[in-house]
Amino acid sequence: MNSFLYPVLAIGVVALVTWGLRAFPFLLFGSRPLPRVMQYLGQTLPPAIMTVLVIYCMRGITFQRSPFGVPELAASALVLVLQIIRKNMYLSIIAGTVCYMVLIRVIH
Amino acid sequence: MRELRFALRQTIPIFFTYLFIGIAFGILMSDAGYGLLLTMASAVFIYAGSMQLVMVPMMTSGASLPTLALMAFFINARHIFYGIGFVERFRKMGWRYPYMVMALTDETYSILCSVQYDPGLDEEKSAFLIALLNHLYWILGCFVGACAGTFLQFDMRGIEFSATAFFVVVVVNQWRLHRSKLLFLTAAVCALAFFLLLGKDYFLVPTLMSCLVALLILRGPIERKEGLRDE
Repeated sequence: MNSFLYPVLAIGVVALVTWGLRAFPFLLFGSRPLPRVMQYLGQTLPPAIMTVLVIYCMRGITFQRSPFGVPELAASALVLVLQIIRKNMYLSIIAGTVCYMVLIRVIH
Repeated sequence: MRELRFALRQTIPIFFTYLFIGIAFGILMSDAGYGLLLTMASAVFIYAGSMQLVMVPMMTSGASLPTLALMAFFINARHIFYGIGFVERFRKMGWRYPYMVMALTDETYSILCSVQYDPGLDEEKSAFLIALLNHLYWILGCFVGACAGTFLQFDMRGIEFSATAFFVVVVVNQWRLHRSKLLFLTAAVCALAFFLLLGKDYFLVPTLMSCLVALLILRGPIERKEGLRDE
């Protein structure tokens, strides 16, 4: 596809879908109560989706050859531990990213 | 103006989050070769952190528009549920109503859910300023990232890991929030199964769909554990 048009269309499509989702309950439900099953999915889908996304981020790892996924796994472990212990989102993200950027340069 | 001072105080924690993740997005876009205009258009019109970060590698690999739409749907599907508690409140806000709906991100939602307005404040004006300030932080972050990526010649290889780190942080926070660990287990099992079955390029959408089905099948035990059902 045209290399100028493609990103414009891509951003447009993603924006429209996002708007549609945010506007959906306002358009559909008005002042009516929400079906129970939708409330249930609204509460339970986010943790499932985020778990899937973490695994999706790791999809490029190759365990057969160096660096065997060590930068991804080590940096993720650091983020995990920091977020559990310190509960500071900024610290966890910055430390994990710096750790990853250092590891991919050190380990070949 | 008291409402502005109040809104600033409520949004300070989000300022840093949005600035940093916005910068990461701006740099990602810039490294992928997309110009400032596209970055700013994403910041203004999409205004959804996770989706914007996921979108960049999808765009560079030339993902089809339906694939992007489906991905946007699954990542942002949670937004459907945010509006429920605000339908009546936003409707009273006149010209601000459509903006409040479009700017209802996770962070703005979480602030508006828990905010205690000081007595004498115009609540509608305050809520609007909270939403607007968060949006401006996001736009500023994306702008700084795009400019830093364009003008500074640092070797930023690996900055994309900030997206992974962000998702790990969210999962940890969700883990604290949800008593049913089955939610995480189900998702992990589905993801790993479809990854082994279909490979790294095709496993995401089947995984998300199977999660939806699995959550519906496991509704009974999950609702009991989560305390959503009075039994």
